[in-house]
Amino acid sequence: MIDGVKRDHARFRQIVRGKIKQDLKKYIQHSEMFGRKGKDIVTIPMPQIDIPRFRFGSNQGGVGQGEGNPGDPVPGQGDPNGGDEPGQGQQAGNQGGEHDLEVEFTLEELAEILGEELALPKIEPRGQKTLKSKVDKYTSIASQGPNSLRHFKRTFKEALKRQIATGVYNPEKPVIIPIKKDMRYRSWKSDVKHENSAVIIYMMDVSGSMGDEQKEIVRTEAFWINTWLKSQYKGVEARYIIHDATAKEVDEETFFKTRESGGTLISSAYKLCEQIINQDYPPSDWNIYPFHFSDGDNWSTEDTKLCIDLMKDSLLAKVNVFCYGQVDSRYGSGQFYKDLLEVFGPDSEQVITSRIENKDGILASIKDFLGKGK
Amino acid sequence: MGIRSTNLPPELSKLRDEIRQYAVDYGLDCFETVFEMVPSDAINSLAAQEGFPVRYPHWRFGMNYDQYSKGYEWGLQKIYEMVINTDPAYAYLMTANSYVDQKTVMAHVYGHVDFFKNNTWFSKTNRKMLDTMANHAVKIRRYMDQYGQDEVEGFIDLCLSLDNLIDPHLPFNEPKKVSSKTDDEKDIENKTQDVGRLKVERGYMEKYINPPEFIEAQKQKLAQNQKQEKKFPNHPERDVMLFLMENAPLTEWQQDVLRMIRDEAYYFLPQMQTKIMNEGWASYWHSKIMTTKALKDSEIIDFADHHAGVLTMQPGRINPYKIGIELFRDIEDRWNRGRFGKAYEECADMREKQRWDKKLGLGTQKIFEVRKVCNDVTFIDEYITPEFVDRYQLYTYEYNRRTGQHEIVDRNFDSVKEKLLSGLTNQGQPNISIVDGNFENKGELLLVHRHQGVDLDMKYARETMRSIFLMWSRPVHIETEVDGHKRFFTYTSSHEFVAKD
Repeated sequence: MIDGVKRDHARFRQIVRGKIKQDLKKYIQHSEMFGRKGKDIVTIPMPQIDIPRFRFGSNQGGVGQGEGNPGDPVPGQGDPNGGDEPGQGQQAGNQGGEHDLEVEFTLEELAEILGEELALPKIEPRGQKTLKSKVDKYTSIASQGPNSLRHFKRTFKEALKRQIATGVYNPEKPVIIPIKKDMRYRSWKSDVKHENSAVIIYMMDVSGSMGDEQKEIVRTEAFWINTWLKSQYKGVEARYIIHDATAKEVDEETFFKTRESGGTLISSAYKLCEQIINQDYPPSDWNIYPFHFSDGDNWSTEDTKLCIDLMKDSLLAKVNVFCYGQVDSRYGSGQFYKDLLEVFGPDSEQVITSRIENKDGILASIKDFLGKGK
Repeated sequence: MGIRSTNLPPELSKLRDEIRQYAVDYGLDCFETVFEMVPSDAINSLAAQEGFPVRYPHWRFGMNYDQYSKGYEWGLQKIYEMVINTDPAYAYLMTANSYVDQKTVMAHVYGHVDFFKNNTWFSKTNRKMLDTMANHAVKIRRYMDQYGQDEVEGFIDLCLSLDNLIDPHLPFNEPKKVSSKTDDEKDIENKTQDVGRLKVERGYMEKYINPPEFIEAQKQKLAQNQKQEKKFPNHPERDVMLFLMENAPLTEWQQDVLRMIRDEAYYFLPQMQTKIMNEGWASYWHSKIMTTKALKDSEIIDFADHHAGVLTMQPGRINPYKIGIELFRDIEDRWNRGRFGKAYEECADMREKQRWDKKLGLGTQKIFEVRKVCNDVTFIDEYITPEFVDRYQLYTYEYNRRTGQHEIVDRNFDSVKEKLLSGLTNQGQPNISIVDGNFENKGELLLVHRHQGVDLDMKYARETMRSIFLMWSRPVHIETEVDGHKRFFTYTSSHEFVAKD
């Protein structure tokens, strides 16, 4: 790339970022539109950014070529209102069609945008840096390797050394011919880095009252929470628990797809959550984030009391922060949210509660959850 | 520049000499042409900057790059050839291309360079544009350092939004005569000049040469002229960029930036005016040189594949390369056989007309003449024939609002030709000029869209009006037609775009 273009490209991406930030709410709500490319890259479709000029509207005809009778549609028109103008180069001149842009972002950049726009504080990790990550860096030299990694200078030096040592070197006619033994190659060295580690434990009520729309909201929230926490910790693990009257651990796909019927015992999920923490995630080493989503219905006040006791007695001491998101549904009473608020209050440092009325509420609730920097 | 080692390897430089010789033998007359070898990524960068290695900083070059490089990565498009109209001309060859592709591209490039040098519409272009562009880059970067990148880039966006509002005929007009006389002097002159009385040598001829009605008419004409002169601008101004440069309340750096963007717009203008011809001419010559001289037996399939790819007509679309090359070939054939002029046109016997061959052999001479004097409009207007429209299955289409689709209307020669021409007139851009710079004596600006059957895209018009408003800093009006009715739109000081009937 020419340097100038590199700079312009960065500038262009900055503008795109600005547009996304401007319409963050829209993009957050429609994160299902994002494409994935590999593990860490998302592609975001967005309207073309262009420079406005006087131009002709769509009632402009033109000349085409090929078979067809009067009245037939001109072939090659995708979307009637947009896409490529037929007869491009003719009528459309240099305007081209209204292509959609598809821009690529790494999850990290996306998290950055989210963080900047919502003014999310950086998380102060707790616990020891137990996660060991190995980083390979090409800082070392080896005597064997592929030709593509050949280190010319070192090879030359070796050859020179050898030729001087053996007396073959002639300063009048300095011809250096390396032999196989002289070859030097770039090679890697492994560095071990200690990192903070974190786990997100998602819990969701999958009883009959949680509909598809509610689950969509949970999925969107989960995507952004993952994105943000991944930008804060190296190596974030996620565990998924679904519950109605009983709870079980599932994989991500099942988590979002399952729909059960029947009653709701929230305590079942909290118990399982505690169990998972005790088993796999010693709080001294891990940053733990339980997120629970439900529509606020619980079977009985007794079970609610059990939940609160569980939280107070053991869960809260182990986790960074406990998050409860209540997705409003037509059937839910929303009682659980009120109960939690009553016990812990709205400004609790340990329990964050958020109500999500509909898709528009997603952005605000993400800010609720992540805005405390826990 | 960031491009390393662009020299041609010896085998390609030998090839270049060979191809150049063929071009010269065929009568092409080219600038010295410098070929540079660049890898695919650099080609995308260059294409993003419209061929020039140094441009001023602007995000759109980055956006272009993003699209070119993705298109290349995904295998959707590949830029084969790029050539800059300068003296010497610069052309880029992609390192990854095959030998036969390089040959074809070279032959194609010589076609373009001959066209740049000899076509009359290019006769006024700045052949040192490489330097000029680099100078623009330096100046704009300096302004950015001084006034801030956002500020300057934002202003460039405004300028670019007007860069199709220039006067295509301006490069060929005499420079405006600036009157050095003061108004007083003019008044005296008017009085003594005696209202356009013709010179009379003998007194008795006076009443025959200057009869009273003639004097009266002359007086009126003069009064009209004086009225016209008081108007500002005194004639509708097509060159909106120039008008704003001279009259809008801009700072010095803004004027300078506007001037640079305008210069660049005028530089690119002839390329837009001759898209069909230019590509047709270059394709004609790469095809001629390759098939008659340069091609080896073993390369024929690769060449045919490449050539077919360049000239393919997708259903429903017109490919300027294809129309261009076929029209040149058609002209050559007609002038070789004498199929033109009164006798041929009026021949009623179809069989005779089909056999018509006067063995004139004027084809080559004719196409060279056409490449010298025509632009796309005159090229199509003068040389397209009913047989041609028939042979290439051309039709007209219109947008059908009910179905939301473009639909075929007819295959009538006259309407196809008219549609082709209307798409080419004014480079396919709306014809808009400034008619009043002091509208209703309030210092507001009035633009008029000369409606030629196609409405403006009002969404874009609004944004463009905003750009003009931001420069003029007084309300801007435009007169246009929507759905067959005269409409009057105003961009107001409170950033509203309102319609008045």
